[in-house]
Order: sequence, then structure tokens, then C-alpha cells
Amino acid sequence: MTLQHYLVISAILFSLGIFAVLTRRNAISILMGIELILNSCNLNFVAFSRFVTPPENIDGQIIAIFGIVLAAAEAAVFLAIILAIYREFGSIRPDEVDTLKG
Amino acid sequence: MDFKNNIESILYFTPEILLIIFAASVIILDLFVKNKDSHKVAYLSLVGLVCTLVATLYISSYIADSSLSLFWGMIRLDKFAIFFKILLVLATSATILFSLRSEEIDVGLKGEYYALLLAVTLGMFLMASSTNLLMIFISLETVSLTSYILAGFLTHSPRSSEAAFKYITYGAVASGTMLFGLSLLFGMTGTGNLAEISQQLPEVLAAGEITGLGLLIAITFILAGIGYKIASVPFHMWSPDVYEGAPIPITAFLSVASKAAGFALFLRFFYTGFQAEGILQSVDWSLLLAVVSALTMTIGNLAALPQQNVKRLLAYSSISHGGYLLMGGVLLTPEGLGAILFYLVVYLFMNLGAFFVVVLVANESGSEMIESYRGLSTRAPLVAAAMLIFLFSLTGIPPFAGFFGKWLLFTAVIGKGMYWLALIGLLNSVVSLYYYARIIKAMYFESSDEEESFSFNKSTFALLSVFVIPTIFIGILNILYNYSDKITLQ
Repeated sequence: MTLQHYLVISAILFSLGIFAVLTRRNAISILMGIELILNSCNLNFVAFSRFVTPPENIDGQIIAIFGIVLAAAEAAVFLAIILAIYREFGSIRPDEVDTLKG
Repeated sequence: MDFKNNIESILYFTPEILLIIFAASVIILDLFVKNKDSHKVAYLSLVGLVCTLVATLYISSYIADSSLSLFWGMIRLDKFAIFFKILLVLATSATILFSLRSEEIDVGLKGEYYALLLAVTLGMFLMASSTNLLMIFISLETVSLTSYILAGFLTHSPRSSEAAFKYITYGAVASGTMLFGLSLLFGMTGTGNLAEISQQLPEVLAAGEITGLGLLIAITFILAGIGYKIASVPFHMWSPDVYEGAPIPITAFLSVASKAAGFALFLRFFYTGFQAEGILQSVDWSLLLAVVSALTMTIGNLAALPQQNVKRLLAYSSISHGGYLLMGGVLLTPEGLGAILFYLVVYLFMNLGAFFVVVLVANESGSEMIESYRGLSTRAPLVAAAMLIFLFSLTGIPPFAGFFGKWLLFTAVIGKGMYWLALIGLLNSVVSLYYYARIIKAMYFESSDEEESFSFNKSTFALLSVFVIPTIFIGILNILYNYSDKITLQ
């Protein structure tokens, strides 16, 4: 396993995440896409930390841990907002949430 | 570079610590306030902001012209950071004063509201001073997550929930993309510190370890996150919807403070990380940003033309002002930096003032449409005159401060020889007069069906004059004292 393997995997994960955000018609699936994007970043950081920086330098792994924490916080806020949307609109399909336009 | 360790840094971190203490105290005080109509929590958060301001000023006199790297290089304390901290404290205080006047905020949730406002200010303080990739991302997320909640704060309003939903969907994708760009940058240099990145990048570029294209991709990804915070094209789509749906004080806050913090991050990131000659030769990111800036002001102004809702109109106008500001950011000259910082101060006063008038009219008429401004000159002459001054200043008509702000920006752009950008900026200023004049026309030349005058108390006028007086005089003062040139980035 070389650095390239990890980078290719994380690039695929990132693209799948963007794809999910752009095409899914359900707020929960969009959230899953966002999680994929954030996890691909964490994978990148850990891979770079293993292959690029010297072994005693664990900056990349620490950034990845913070990335996990922030992804969890973001998921919590997102789910809370989805709940508010469901109460107001009776649906969590983004195309039905369209009172603001112009 | 000498870093302060964690213990030594705490003294210089006092303003942020005060913000955390007061945010926690606001929540605790809220538990003991029985009368839900009382404004005790708001006053406590104002006291907190005043303490923070005093601490910031004290530290600024303590460090004078030097600059310090705190917490092993995580954040940097210099005049630039202190300038933004003062600006942000002023913007947050104004938001709290607006919230006291506004009738939108749910009375049962005051404690959370003010605690979140203090928390978002803390995030913005960190945004203005972070010099490490990790710190940049954490501060950006702190600001974003709290802003999502504040935008959706009106739990009974579908518009507000929708605004929060759109905000978080765009925001989460933008910050995820930015983190991906940061991870690429980390991989290229093997360090998270901006100063070290700026040293490493020319070396690895010269050695052929990375290509200019790879660096351009990383920069573009990072720009997604920063561009979304300052609402620049093509990451501006969220802002009209969010500004229209959010409570008016939060709209004012997002359009001024959030944008200022975004610019602080943008300037520090690009000026300290990517200004080296070796980087600019292989990746000319400043030209890329010049195009983004031209597009941002043009699209913002053109989209503002047909708007009927004043909040939405001001949202598009705020996008175009982001474009003007970005114009100074691409120059990489001290004049450009000084012009941006001065324009941010001017923009703070004139834009917050305009939003305060929107709050007042929305309270009295219950509507944010241009129709409700008809006959304002007879129903509330002073408020109409104040709005006139803010709108003329936003357009850039002399002798108001907006004119001097734009003048500094344009002279900086022309001084660098980018005539096409200055020309686009000038044309945009002319276009913007049209939509600002529609509000003025409604206020002064159309009459309303209702004749009764609005009644405002004295404190409202006092608060209004806090924004009117700087909008009139700050530009002239700047010519006399030239203080906009004295803040530098270290």
C-alpha cells in the first residue's frame, strides 16, 4: 500500500459524497453525502501523516480526530434542523422546501 | 520563530476567555430569571462584550507594534487581529441592541440566543487570528455551526427553518470541500503552520515534487470554504435565502460580522501563506480572485435590481459589497489591505444602520417589502433621513463615508494597474444607485394609505445616531489622520 492508494480511495469517497449531495432527494441522504466528504478528508490527513511527515510528527492524525468531532457536531445540528423542517413542512425533501426564492 | 507555550499564552488570550465565561454565565443567569420579558440576559451579554473590548484594548497597548505567536503557533496576536476583534465586538454589540428592539425573538429562548451570539463572536475572534490549518478549520466550523442555529432561531416560522436548512446544506459541503483542500495542502508541505507552508511551498515547487496545477486545485478547494463565508460568486447562492429567512438582527450580523471574519481569514491565509514570489509564478491565484471579484459585484448588483423585499435587496447588495472588498484583496499591496480594512469599518456602520431601519419599519408595519416604506418621510422623518444617508453611503455618493471607502479601494486598484477591474467596479456603483434609489423614491416621493406617524422613543434615535454620525464623518476623518494605512499584517 503506497500513498497513492489512499489518495485514490479518498478522492473516490469525496466524489461520491459530492455526487450524493447533488443527486439525492432526501435530506438524510444529503447528510450522509456530507459525512462521506468529511471522512475522505480524514483519510487524507491520516495517510499524509503516515507517509509524508516524519513518524514522530502526528499533526495529521490530530487534525483527523478533530475532523471526526466536528463531523459529529455538524451531524447533530443538521439533524436538529431537519427535525424543524419536518415540523414546518411535513417533508424532508429539499425540493418541497421552497418558500424563499427570487 | 519563537512560539509562546500554552501557559504563557493564557494572559494574551483573556478576551476570548472572557467571552467563554460570559457565554456560560448568560445560560446560568437565564435559569434564574423568572420574568420572561426581562432583558437581564441581554444586558449581561453586553457587559461581557464591554469587558472583552476593554481586555482587547489593554492587550493591544501591551503588545504595541510587535506580534506574538500563541499556543505553539496556533494563533497570532498582531494589530491586524486586534483590529478585527474590535470590529467584531462592535458588530455583536449592535446586534444585541437590535435584538432588544426587535419583536421577532422568541421570549422563552433568550438565554440560548445571547449565549450563541457570544459563542459565535468567540469563533470569529479565532478566525481573525488563526495561523494553523487545524485552527482555521475549527474556528470556521465554530462560526458556521452557531450561525446555522441562529439563522433558524424562529422555531415557529417556516421561513427561518428553511433558511437554516439551506444554510447548513451549502455550508457543510463548502466546509467539507475546504477541509479536503487543507488536507492536500498539508500533504504538500507536511506542516500545518501557515508561515512554514509559505516557506516550504516555493521549495517543493522548485524541486518539482508538486506541480502548479496540484496547488491550484488545493487553493480552489480552500476558496470554496472562504468564498462561502464571504458570499462570493459562485458560492453566494445561500445568502439571499438565508438573509431573507433569518431574524433581522441575525441577518445584519451575518452580513457584517460573518463577512468581516471571513475577510480576516481570507487576508491572513493568502497574505501570509501564498504571497511568496515562487508561488505566484506557478499559480497566479490573484488573477483568479480578480475575476471572482468582478463576477461577485456584477451578479450581486444585477440580481438586486428587481427585488421587492428590502431584506433580500440588502442581501444582494451585501454580496456586491463583498465583491468590492475582494477587489482590494487581490492587489497584494499595503494600500489594498488598508483600503479593505477601512471599507470594512465603513461598511459596518452603514450596513448595520440600514438593517436597524429595517428592524424599526418591520416592527411598526409588520412587513419588509418596499411598499411599507412609502411615505416614511412624513410618518417618521428622522428615520427616513437616516435611511437616506445609509443608502447614499452604500452607493458611494460623497460626502458620506462609503464614498471615501470606495475611493481608497479604487485608487489602490488603479495604483496596481488593474484598470479593467476598477472600471467594472465603477460601473457597478452606478448600477447599484438604481436599486437603492427605489427605496428612497418610496420613502420620499410616494405616499402611504396610512397617515398616522410612527412613534419611536428617544433611545431608538440615540442608537440610530450611533450609526449615522460615523457614516457621515468617518471618511473625512480618515483623510485627516490616514489611520487606515497604519494597520499591517505580520
